[in-house]
Amino acid sequence: MKLQKNTLFALYSVLESASHPGRQLSAGEIARKYRISPHHLAKVLHTLAQAGVVESVRGVGGGYRFSGNAKRLTLLDVIGLFEHLDAPARGAPARARGRAAGTGVERAIGTVLAEIDAMAEATLRSISVATLLKLMARQQRV
Amino acid sequence: MSARVRNVRAADLEQVAAIDREITRLPKPEYWAQIYRRYGSGRRQQRFFLVAEASGRIEGFVIGEVRDWEFGSPRCGWVFALSVRPGARLAGVGSRLLEAICRGFRRLGVTRVRTMLARDNQLILSFFRSQGMMAAPYIPLELELD
Repeated sequence: MKLQKNTLFALYSVLESASHPGRQLSAGEIARKYRISPHHLAKVLHTLAQAGVVESVRGVGGGYRFSGNAKRLTLLDVIGLFEHLDAPARGAPARARGRAAGTGVERAIGTVLAEIDAMAEATLRSISVATLLKLMARQQRV
Repeated sequence: MSARVRNVRAADLEQVAAIDREITRLPKPEYWAQIYRRYGSGRRQQRFFLVAEASGRIEGFVIGEVRDWEFGSPRCGWVFALSVRPGARLAGVGSRLLEAICRGFRRLGVTRVRTMLARDNQLILSFFRSQGMMAAPYIPLELELD
């Protein structure tokens, strides 16, 4: 599963804001930390705000703060806001994507790629924002 | 009331089987009798069958054992069942059961614990992930036999 840039920026923003619950982070602050364009990030944050994952706080010192449920919100939930998750195995030739379509070789390759995608999806669905924050904390201790 | 984790007793088996039946919708009385004989009675050696009890009721159970060189792996602990009664969830019962069996594994000198889950079982998969478990360097494979 190859994630688009927007999706990665969304994951950075969600985890960054969830790791500072209650604190407002500006788009510029997140953009600087991850060396990404603030303009690009603003669009991503807008999508996250519309989905209720972050909350936009206006005025002086305004910004974004995490407003989701860290124990319930999974990585796949965030990814699903930016990617077409029901799309068939990426990287597979167009004709290999349909189970019934294509040559035997294309179908077989499509089957293997679908297997990889199913595993990736199950992994992303099983990891909540809270679980990933715990992982970050463990890695920082090591 | 906080659940207490202890070794299973013969009198618990009916409640254990009922929890499993409530979750899986499949009654398996013979299976549970066999599991009790193997993991819950006599000399347990490297085997664990623990229950979480609160106010005299069994709220959940965990079963596992230490296995040597299975799948080419050095000695490690395997958890092959962990269930919490649906009405008793979100109260830390599963975490306490896992902590208890891991303590048992550590006492036997084991430093790694594994389990295997259906990939569409998001609930239990998320639980084990939240406990810090990561993907193992193994891939389960299967074949439909004609």
